[in-house]
Amino acid sequence: METITKKVASVEFGILNPEIIRKMSQIRIVIPDTYDEDGYPIEGGLMDLHLGVIDPGLRCKSCGARMVSCPGHFGHIELVRPVLHVGYIKMIYSLLKTTCSSCGRLLLPPNKLQTYKKIITEGELTDDQEIDIIAKAKKAGKCPHCDKKQEKIKLVKPITFYEGEKRLLPSDIRRRMELIPDKDLALLGIDPKKARPEWGVLTALPVPPATTRPSITLETGERSEDDLTHKLVDILRINQRLRDNISAGAPQLIIEDLWDLLQYHVTTYFNNEVSGIPPARHRSGRPLKTLAQRLKGKEGRFRYNLSGKRVNFSARTVISPDPNISINEVGVPKPIAKELTVPEKTTTWNMDRLKQYIRNTEYPMANYVIRPDGRRKKVTELNREELIEELEVGFVVERQLKNGDIVLFNRQPSLHRISMMCHIVKVLPGKTFRLHPTVCKPYNADFDGDEMNLHVLQTEEAKAEALALMLVQDQIISPRFGSPIIKGDEDLVSGGFLLTRKGVAFSKQIAEKMLIKADIKKMPKPDQGDKYSGKLLFSALLPPSLNLEYKSKLCQNCKECKKAKCPHDAYVKIKKGKLVNGIIDKVSLQGILLDTLFREYGPEEARKFLDNATRVLLATTMHIGFSVSVEDTMITKETHAEIEYMINDARQRTNELIKEYEEGKMKHIPGKTMKETLEDKIMAILGETRMNAGNTAAEHFDIANPIMIMSRVGARGSILNVTQMSATVGQQAVRGRRILRGYRHKSLPQFKEGNIGIEARGFVSSSLRDGLIPTEYFFHAMGGREALVDKGIRTAKSGYMQRRLINALQDLVVQKDETVRDSANNIVQFKYGEDGIDPMKCHGDSAVRLQTGVYLEDKDRDETTADEEGDYDD
Amino acid sequence: MTDKKQLLAKYKELPKKILNEIEKNTKELGLRETKKILDNVLKEFKNNKIMPGEAVGTIAAQSIGEPGTQMTMRTFHYAGVAELAVPQGLPRFIEIVDLRRKPKMPLMEIHLNQSIKEDKQKVVDFAEQIEDIPMVEFADVEEDFHEKVVRVTFKEETLVEHGTTLDNAIKKTEKEVRRKAKTTEGNQMIFKPGFTTLASLRRFTERILMTKLCGLKDINKAVVLEEPDGTGYYIKTDGSNLKEILKLKEVDTSRTTTNDIREIYDILGIEAVRSAIIKEAKEVLDTQGLKVNPRHVMLVADVMTYSGTVKPIGRQGVSGSKSSVLARAAFEETVKHLHTASIKGHVDNLTGITENIIVGQPVPIGTGLITLGMKE
Repeated sequence: METITKKVASVEFGILNPEIIRKMSQIRIVIPDTYDEDGYPIEGGLMDLHLGVIDPGLRCKSCGARMVSCPGHFGHIELVRPVLHVGYIKMIYSLLKTTCSSCGRLLLPPNKLQTYKKIITEGELTDDQEIDIIAKAKKAGKCPHCDKKQEKIKLVKPITFYEGEKRLLPSDIRRRMELIPDKDLALLGIDPKKARPEWGVLTALPVPPATTRPSITLETGERSEDDLTHKLVDILRINQRLRDNISAGAPQLIIEDLWDLLQYHVTTYFNNEVSGIPPARHRSGRPLKTLAQRLKGKEGRFRYNLSGKRVNFSARTVISPDPNISINEVGVPKPIAKELTVPEKTTTWNMDRLKQYIRNTEYPMANYVIRPDGRRKKVTELNREELIEELEVGFVVERQLKNGDIVLFNRQPSLHRISMMCHIVKVLPGKTFRLHPTVCKPYNADFDGDEMNLHVLQTEEAKAEALALMLVQDQIISPRFGSPIIKGDEDLVSGGFLLTRKGVAFSKQIAEKMLIKADIKKMPKPDQGDKYSGKLLFSALLPPSLNLEYKSKLCQNCKECKKAKCPHDAYVKIKKGKLVNGIIDKVSLQGILLDTLFREYGPEEARKFLDNATRVLLATTMHIGFSVSVEDTMITKETHAEIEYMINDARQRTNELIKEYEEGKMKHIPGKTMKETLEDKIMAILGETRMNAGNTAAEHFDIANPIMIMSRVGARGSILNVTQMSATVGQQAVRGRRILRGYRHKSLPQFKEGNIGIEARGFVSSSLRDGLIPTEYFFHAMGGREALVDKGIRTAKSGYMQRRLINALQDLVVQKDETVRDSANNIVQFKYGEDGIDPMKCHGDSAVRLQTGVYLEDKDRDETTADEEGDYDD
Repeated sequence: MTDKKQLLAKYKELPKKILNEIEKNTKELGLRETKKILDNVLKEFKNNKIMPGEAVGTIAAQSIGEPGTQMTMRTFHYAGVAELAVPQGLPRFIEIVDLRRKPKMPLMEIHLNQSIKEDKQKVVDFAEQIEDIPMVEFADVEEDFHEKVVRVTFKEETLVEHGTTLDNAIKKTEKEVRRKAKTTEGNQMIFKPGFTTLASLRRFTERILMTKLCGLKDINKAVVLEEPDGTGYYIKTDGSNLKEILKLKEVDTSRTTTNDIREIYDILGIEAVRSAIIKEAKEVLDTQGLKVNPRHVMLVADVMTYSGTVKPIGRQGVSGSKSSVLARAAFEETVKHLHTASIKGHVDNLTGITENIIVGQPVPIGTGLITLGMKE
């Protein structure tokens, strides 16, 4: 591995001076062509061998190196007549206006110049002062230095200058620029050492190395040149024609035309998107991608190649869940493990082990051996023995990935830092990456075809850093809101309920089976005769010194809390590591219990709890059995009738309202029109109806109904989902209103014009179990479509907002003195967050934990999210 | 009790909010126990300090950007307030970080002084006075091309309702069009401006319709609402004119706000904008049910305001005024930044993140901020 010995301290910007252009040039290019008939680069052409080699087998005439190792060298074109550089048009325009046409001085009276010069010697001009100088100089009608009257300078966009009526040719402009003294330039914000203004008028044009514009050979054997080469050919051709015409003594008019043409080609060579200039096109009609286009935008050099770089030692495949591995682990399929390598430096202590890797012909093998001189040798059947022989201290062996290796795991879009975490490798059979289900949340992953990336760390520093800072168990608390983000959810929550509710007891055999999953070999004493209660089994997962009391999600918010005697068993009490009371649900697994474990016992203990709880709770679910079927959404005839009655009632009330409205008897809400008032009232009635219908249906289900269990414990779904499945889907909305688009005065053809009754405006009275009638189905689809469109727009908008936020804030760092500063060392905050507290260590928003555990999470998403999740990844 | 106060005062390092909470909850405890609690709190406080080198900017940006995908785009309709379709969620948040000069729906919340806030009638009267009501509501303006005159007929009771008088209205109208009416009889004014073309007469009529008789500019609608704590009434307006509202003596200037952040900057200055940004951003996140630590929001507000002027997040503001050429070029307007940098002869000292990524060096943040030296 190479050691970096030098560091880039700074990057300087300036305009290339024609002298330097000629000096750095290896050869002057004159021939507007690339290869001859034999496919050999033409000497003096654009692919001259002095510019670097891009063909295998040839040697560079400048450095003697072969294809890949030659970096390429510049050449140059001598322009017959000077030509303006598009990028500096603005500077030239401003200079022409602010300096004298005959003596080149800045058009300010000497005393003023003096005062500004003084400022410059002492420091810098402020932006306002700079603007002021330019504004004042532009106004001068006469040069204060040589009394010459100043003509008005006009810029006819994009690139022609006029002085009064007379055209200023680039050669005139160049002469003027040369006149401006250095000391005056400084006042205009131009650094004369790095950017003399006449350098903005080109006399020599650098020709970039062949390596930056390689030509490609098509299957037909035809060569296809790069866009830049095409452009350079154009420039050379016109340059030659111009030269010929000048030496032939052609009339001025023709020369000027050719000159303008040369100007056009040079302009588009730099930037092919200048407004007012038709873009140069390829034969096919596609605009050429010239220098500016190479740098610009998302696919440009800066964002595509410089800010983001491609890496080796990475892998990508589909993910699937595995609750049996630890949250810290990632299951790596064997074929990938064989491909990815970890470098190990040979020492006297690991020599034998590394030799064994080389010797192995089966999985933990060595793939490469790198000698200290940097030569890399692939381990093959033939050289295996030889390599073992010559292995010495200092050699690097690249061995295949094995259990315990440290890797980074990532899922795009990487919206926050926990989209990339450090995992420990666990090599498994199969072809997918295996992921612990509780780590889905930070990655925002699911298993409907998601793919993820894995990066193998290659240096000891990187490994140490990743392990110390990025390991999954250290990311349990979200830095966004200071409460767990890696947490038990969905089936684990259901499992918690099934295990810890009252009256659940297991035989010794079953209990042992479950506890061994958590690696608990010493059985506690049975507490229900010879049986084990679920609470007892759960207690085995807790550290023995834990004491905790809180209310679980089942809490009904009774007026007076009976605490331990809670009739719903919603009061959780953990005493000396024993779950005495209460049911373990969402609040425990996602909030207070996990939070307390993490903060009081550390990440290691929290990790153990999550690992073990996952296994035990899933074992519970599997043992007891937990599934949902259509039957679970069934309601009795009576309930059905009750709901139907409610809907009929709503229909009637709506009709009454409509009648009232039509008769003009309705009292309108101040500031709203009658129609809006009516709509509001109808929406309110229908919303209320759905809620009541839902509650009726929910009341009907008993506590053992799996859907009810899930929604009540907070595993998945809400009362709204229950409503939609069993009672009524409810009002569909587009743009937050009842559906009223489609036809004139009606939503679908079968309704009468002007019908604003509930069915005609998108109320779905059927439930999902009963099935929707065609109109309802259509309305539902309309609502669903809006949600989908909305989601698309939202991701685009929020993506850009995040890019801007990141760019604006990324340089901010907390310094050793607690201040927050940017890269220019400006103080942004004197004390981070006014108290210097790490939001990740925060207890919710509070700097210190004053209560036991907080339970924070984003609000439950409404129906739209459920619809959105319906569309599959790829 | 005083002993306890003294004890609490000793823990200067702890924020007031925490001390207050401890004081509230330790009323029944003795000094010794309280001290024990305080010591523990202090220990945890020190333990929870942020580490030097932490990339707080990136964390803040991610913490706000990441839930952005979960925000809704829908506008929210205020119940009871006319057509107030207030942008919520993502569009509103973007409005805040962009510092749009006029929000889509400018709103003011005008709190009133003790003198009138409890009397609903007085508040309603006040609300009517500030409402900017167009001329058409007060008068029928009729142009008669045949006679080349414009007739303005005022509705007197409407005028009185909004706290103005007929005389006043007539005077104001004349002032606006800079002409005396030909005749003024009772509530009717007749203008004969002497224009002969229809177009010029129409223009004149429009001038009349522009006349402002009462209310404040841009306050399109004022609605009276009850204060949530039940101490009286306040006014919510559609449209914002902070400058004029704050001049009124009935207004409680310390509590009255607008959601137009730029306006707050123009009138109340930089510290006020900072607070306004924090308040507005938090409000959006809260109504969306997204939990974000206020420290992140504060950092965003500070970045936008630390220079003394407010700068939006983006190329026009914070990102565009960075010191590093490469960082600016890598964000947006690549070509422009490279050209100006070469004219001015800028030097990029590679002190930021992007610049160092570009040249392929470790970034000066986190573990890249410290270096280790070996003792010879």
